[in-house]
Amino acid sequence: MNRIHYLFNNKQERVLSIYFTAGFPHLEDTIPVMEAIQAGGADIIEIGVPYSDPIADGPTIQDSNKIALENGMSMKKLFEQLRGFRAKINLPVVLMGYLNPIIQFGMEEFCQKCKEVGVDGLIVPDLPMQQYLDEYKSLFEEYGLVNTFLISPQTSEKRIRQIDENTDGFIYMVSSHSITGAKSGISEEQIAYFKRVQEMKLKNPRLIGFGISDSETFTTASKYSNGAIIGSAFIKKIKDSKNQSQDIQDYIQAVIN
Amino acid sequence: MIRVDEKGFYGRFGGAYIPEMLHPNVEELKENYEAIIATPEFQQEFRMLLKDYVGRPTPLYLAQRLSEKYGAKIYLKREDLCHTGAHKVNNTIGQIILAKKLGKKRIIAETGAGQHGVATATVCALMGMDCTVYMGELDIERQRPNVERMKILGAKVVAATSGSKTLKDATNEAMRQWINNPVDTHYIIGSVVGPHPYPEMVARFQSVISEEMKWQLQEKEGRENPDLVIACVGGGSNAAGAFYHYYNTPEVRLVAAEAAGLGVSSGKSAATTVLGTPGILHGSKTILMQTEDGQVVEPHSISAGLDYPGIGPVHAHLFDIGRAEFVAVEDEDAMKAGIELSRLEGIIPAIESAHAIHALNMIEYRKDDVIVINLSGRGDKDLETYIKWGGY
Repeated sequence: MNRIHYLFNNKQERVLSIYFTAGFPHLEDTIPVMEAIQAGGADIIEIGVPYSDPIADGPTIQDSNKIALENGMSMKKLFEQLRGFRAKINLPVVLMGYLNPIIQFGMEEFCQKCKEVGVDGLIVPDLPMQQYLDEYKSLFEEYGLVNTFLISPQTSEKRIRQIDENTDGFIYMVSSHSITGAKSGISEEQIAYFKRVQEMKLKNPRLIGFGISDSETFTTASKYSNGAIIGSAFIKKIKDSKNQSQDIQDYIQAVIN
Repeated sequence: MIRVDEKGFYGRFGGAYIPEMLHPNVEELKENYEAIIATPEFQQEFRMLLKDYVGRPTPLYLAQRLSEKYGAKIYLKREDLCHTGAHKVNNTIGQIILAKKLGKKRIIAETGAGQHGVATATVCALMGMDCTVYMGELDIERQRPNVERMKILGAKVVAATSGSKTLKDATNEAMRQWINNPVDTHYIIGSVVGPHPYPEMVARFQSVISEEMKWQLQEKEGRENPDLVIACVGGGSNAAGAFYHYYNTPEVRLVAAEAAGLGVSSGKSAATTVLGTPGILHGSKTILMQTEDGQVVEPHSISAGLDYPGIGPVHAHLFDIGRAEFVAVEDEDAMKAGIELSRLEGIIPAIESAHAIHALNMIEYRKDDVIVINLSGRGDKDLETYIKWGGY
């Protein structure tokens, strides 16, 4: 069974997914960061594949992408690093990457590599649903990869239902209509949106991303969904960390407890 | 037939590869723009403003001394005489009327050379709309006069500080801001790039250029079709406008002048069709300059307006099927062509447009050919670059 399905079969509340950029802050940090995320007690690891033009990301993640690329991170390098990681890590792992580097690598080869190293799911923010259905769905399924779609407060109910029909992993709810890291805290307006989607009784679990940074925002988000994703706040934490593994574990512990 | 299909593709290029957060905005535009621009009300306002405010039709001028030098009959389509100094305003007029009809309150735009930024700030002033223009930090330095023009017009100019700090990064920033303000904001893209329906919409607003060329040539030459049309291509909006009504007239040769920068193999170039490969940039599948790993390569051109690592999907298609001939003009040759046109015709062109002038040296043509060069903008904004360059 896909580890994402296994996770949500066993846990429906306060699921914590941590995003970080591969090869950041140092090229060889990818695996140690993943180990620390697992040791800290998070539920899902989301690995960002760095890209030169990440249009859905705010300054913090843009910056981490830039540094990772300068460090020499690439798709090829990432798969090299990930080879054998399943010996150490049993959490579900999702790759988050923009479409262009993936199609340059070759979509089929990419899916094959993901399966080979033990990746469970994908988030491709600039791959629209229709293109996914027309061109890539059968490929993702062939390699056992769960595709995750984003929804925002502007996404119509009809489209949310369509998205719910076409995925079987989880739905990534963008909490404010915003790029990553742009806002902090959760507003009344956002809560209204969380409730609206909650009441739709979707078949897929929902994780709230964007704007989650601490125990308080994590708890609020978890009230209206199955959990949350932390990205920018985590990147900030590890950027200048001197004691990376411990700092990561302390941070995750502080968020979930 | 060269035309966009319903999914926004020209052949294998185009489409709308956008984050879900932009889907409602782009969908709203796609669902409404054709119906809105087809209304007599829209057309009347658009045509009136193009005539009385922009100063259209722009002249089709027979450049006598240039013709003598090159041994052909060369006409200049004088987009440089448009209000604000370039063709960019044709599109911003169209989009601002559209934005109003869509009930938008706020406008954002990206700009490279500053011409699109000025054209956007201008129409926002005209319509009393709030305006923010994103511009690469490097471009802000090298296009100072245009920055000040935008500010005088009441626009806010925000520096894009990521990447190469030029047009590509300004476009990224504008897209991010659109994601952050999806409801009340319209994003006026300045070129035939971006997700569907932008490339076709912008081309349609710019197609007034070739629409006029046809009747002007009929008047002057007794035929609607020239033998060649030459235009410079960064993203490619002036070229799309100049080619539009000739796409499907194969006897008219279409020539696109890209910026070779310091030379196509110098590592400092923006010659997309030479150096690029198919991929996705700013929401559409096109040809772009990228590494093997799919990272976008920083372009270089002396002209900020051509300093872009991709081309619009329609141009990628024209290149793909061999409908247009592409030439890559180096910085030095473009500067020389700018000075040449100044001396021969008393017209100081924008450095972008000077690339199209130099293309005359790079293509074959017959002695009696009628050639139209789209003179997309005037050189006022480039005075500092000309001064630094010297050689005059």
